[in-house]
Amino acid sequence: MLIEDRALEPLLAGVSKPGRYMGGEWNSVTKGWEGVEASLALVYPDVYEIGMSNLGLAILYDLVNAQPRLVAERVYTPWMDMEAAMRSAGLPLYSLETRRPLAAFDVVGFSLQHELTYTNVLTTLDLGGIPLLSDERTTESPLIIAGGSCAYNPEPMSAFMDAFVIGEGEEVLLELLAVVADWKGTGGRTSPSGRHDLLTGLAGIEGVYVPGLYRPEYGSDGRYVGLSSLVRQAPARILRRIVPTLGPVPTRPVVPSMRTVHNRAMVEIQRGCGHGCRFCQAGMVYRPIRERPAAAVVSAIDELLTNTGYDEVGLVSLSSSDHSGIAEIVQQTTERHRAERVSVSLPSLRIDAFSVQLAEMIQQTRKAGLTFAPEAGSQRLRDVINKGVSEEDLLRTVRAAFERGWNRLKLYFMLGLPTETDADVLEMARLIHAVRAVGREIRSRTVEVAVSVATFVPKPHTPFQWSPLVERETLQMRQDLLRAHTRARGIRVSCSEWDSTWLEALLSRGDRRMGPAIQRAWELGARMDAWAESFRPDIWKQAIAEAGIQAERYTSGELGFHSPLPWDHIHVGVSREFLWEEYRRALSQRVTPGCRDACANCGVLAAYAAQRRTAGDGAWGCP
Amino acid sequence: MQRLRIAYGVSGPLRYLSVLDMGLLWERLFRRARVPLAYTQGFNPRARMQFASALPVGYSSDEELLDIYLCERMIDSALLLATTPELPIGLQVKSVVEVSLREPPTQALLSEAHYRVSLHGPFDAHDLNARLQQLLARPEIMRQRIRKGKMVRYDLRPLICSAWCEAFGPAGCQIHVIARCGASGSGRPEDLLDELGLSTAHYTIHRTRLVWEGRED
Repeated sequence: MLIEDRALEPLLAGVSKPGRYMGGEWNSVTKGWEGVEASLALVYPDVYEIGMSNLGLAILYDLVNAQPRLVAERVYTPWMDMEAAMRSAGLPLYSLETRRPLAAFDVVGFSLQHELTYTNVLTTLDLGGIPLLSDERTTESPLIIAGGSCAYNPEPMSAFMDAFVIGEGEEVLLELLAVVADWKGTGGRTSPSGRHDLLTGLAGIEGVYVPGLYRPEYGSDGRYVGLSSLVRQAPARILRRIVPTLGPVPTRPVVPSMRTVHNRAMVEIQRGCGHGCRFCQAGMVYRPIRERPAAAVVSAIDELLTNTGYDEVGLVSLSSSDHSGIAEIVQQTTERHRAERVSVSLPSLRIDAFSVQLAEMIQQTRKAGLTFAPEAGSQRLRDVINKGVSEEDLLRTVRAAFERGWNRLKLYFMLGLPTETDADVLEMARLIHAVRAVGREIRSRTVEVAVSVATFVPKPHTPFQWSPLVERETLQMRQDLLRAHTRARGIRVSCSEWDSTWLEALLSRGDRRMGPAIQRAWELGARMDAWAESFRPDIWKQAIAEAGIQAERYTSGELGFHSPLPWDHIHVGVSREFLWEEYRRALSQRVTPGCRDACANCGVLAAYAAQRRTAGDGAWGCP
Repeated sequence: MQRLRIAYGVSGPLRYLSVLDMGLLWERLFRRARVPLAYTQGFNPRARMQFASALPVGYSSDEELLDIYLCERMIDSALLLATTPELPIGLQVKSVVEVSLREPPTQALLSEAHYRVSLHGPFDAHDLNARLQQLLARPEIMRQRIRKGKMVRYDLRPLICSAWCEAFGPAGCQIHVIARCGASGSGRPEDLLDELGLSTAHYTIHRTRLVWEGRED
């Protein structure tokens, strides 16, 4: 039952950005379904423009569609106006490629990158006619799975997911689809124990977590105590999957017809980062560092541009300046594509003069802004977070940038970091003024320094996972302090807003008891929570209260080494001992050198010894 | 420098793109096809392309016009050959002709546009046509719209050259509209539909042709 244009037209006439719901884009893969053994709907739970900018799903889309007996199609969450129109018209949510209803797929896979997209997951399931709770699904329902950053603490969403894929999806997703195909082929859909068989079968795949096979335990004081396995097939710990070497670059990505967040071709030049900044989850969960050889990057870019027609290519990684061949990549790419006026975007630059050199190589007529992330204002606090940048480094770098013609810089900082004091905030202000002063000296006019100040949220699997969220009043006071001390022409400071930070912190460190609150918030009308225009903190507060959740426990509790954490059963490779040691070092302001300089025995080499042998000597950024 | 005028059709998923998105889509198409577009000078060079008229979101069309400027000459057939394999679903190139660089931009020359509105649903075409002619017999049709955040009044009547309704198929009808289109104002078929109380009906609008000074047929 494919949805036809005729059925959609009346709805599209009344919604904003109807292009979101049409499909038919250049390079979209429309495969026939005859002979297909397993079908996958890949969902980014946000609107089209956001979802289409996610590189992870583009990689999986390409990978799955390259398999002759598998098919992957895309689905995004409709905006509220389209959701309402679809409900009135009785139209189910459908895939963009063939307009198939979501429920027609064997597997629906969500990419969870941000806690504030959780209610969109429920909208997607509901509009797809799929029961929200895993327990309520039958063998007729698609298998509902999730992966992405938020899967590292899967507990809050575990009621709604049949399985989580932990880590890098390239191998494990195909293994999962093979199990599903096999289950279908051997009568799984009609067997009375069909669901149970499928779920226990999936639990046997390394890196797949099936929450329904476990029961959480709570103490008499209501604290989380642990998870017990209900069946023998459910392992006590699930180890994150990694790929020993990076697979091929998808060189034929879907090119959106309408403008999206990233209007450029993207190449992942490296995975993993060795700096070990203590607040950063990505730095811990993407280890080890794996570089893509420079020659492979350059030729992938050639193909990508030919196949898409983009005029910009983004070199994507957690810390691009660290790639051992970055200068070669940038130089070759700019040379080869100069005539076509292709520009290169190089985000995530380290704070040093080399980065400025790189930035200069890629600049065309108009200088795009340069962004640096000192994160903390004082050396003391930068040492606490292990951001190995000195004030001298920063000022030398901005000096180089101004000397080479930049007039505008963007700086990222955080407030609310562990051990922060008012003095650190005053140092931040002083540093911002110092940057501006260098600019004025060199450019002899006012330069623009845009400062974006996020609020630190403690994340699972980081050294700061035991640390509390800053108190609201303290944060407010420090934001005011910063603003008061940075009133000057050319300086623009923007700080983040409390309620969404608080909700993110609650959901980041939550346990299974969050599930009813998420569902209740959705029932009360919470939608598109990551969007300021639609975020409803009042609805969330009501839902959380109704679920009987004591929020402060999750956001403000300072936890100890022996405190059971709701994500303890997920093993990312980095050991708990290493994280705790890093936390202790943070509190005594001791820095830890990066992986490329000295091995700190984070645990990844031990956890992935077998993969290391496959990758070969020197393939990882481990000494 | 060479100026080429492309006449093209828009259908399917591309109906829902704004003209800005269409510009981006064309630019990428030309890049894939390795068409040597000329770029503007200055701080932020853009590809030199001009649409004769922005096709409203939701409309399909038999004939839209895009003028492009190339920095290396191409025979029109070579352009067709290069771009055909790169056309996305919903885009059809009808013709490519060379145009004198001295000619004013098409936007300045445009005078009229022809539309065909397909109304789906149980409508009496005869009755609707009578109401339509009555509407057009009025000396003015005053309406309001928001322009730059302010409510502005305008007269729809002079923007509509003519319109008539006829039955189409077993159940349904079509309203044909010839409207002014260009620098001195454009008449929108939706405004006519709204005046007839049809703004919530299920309809699709198709632009059949553009008329401009110097057009030969």
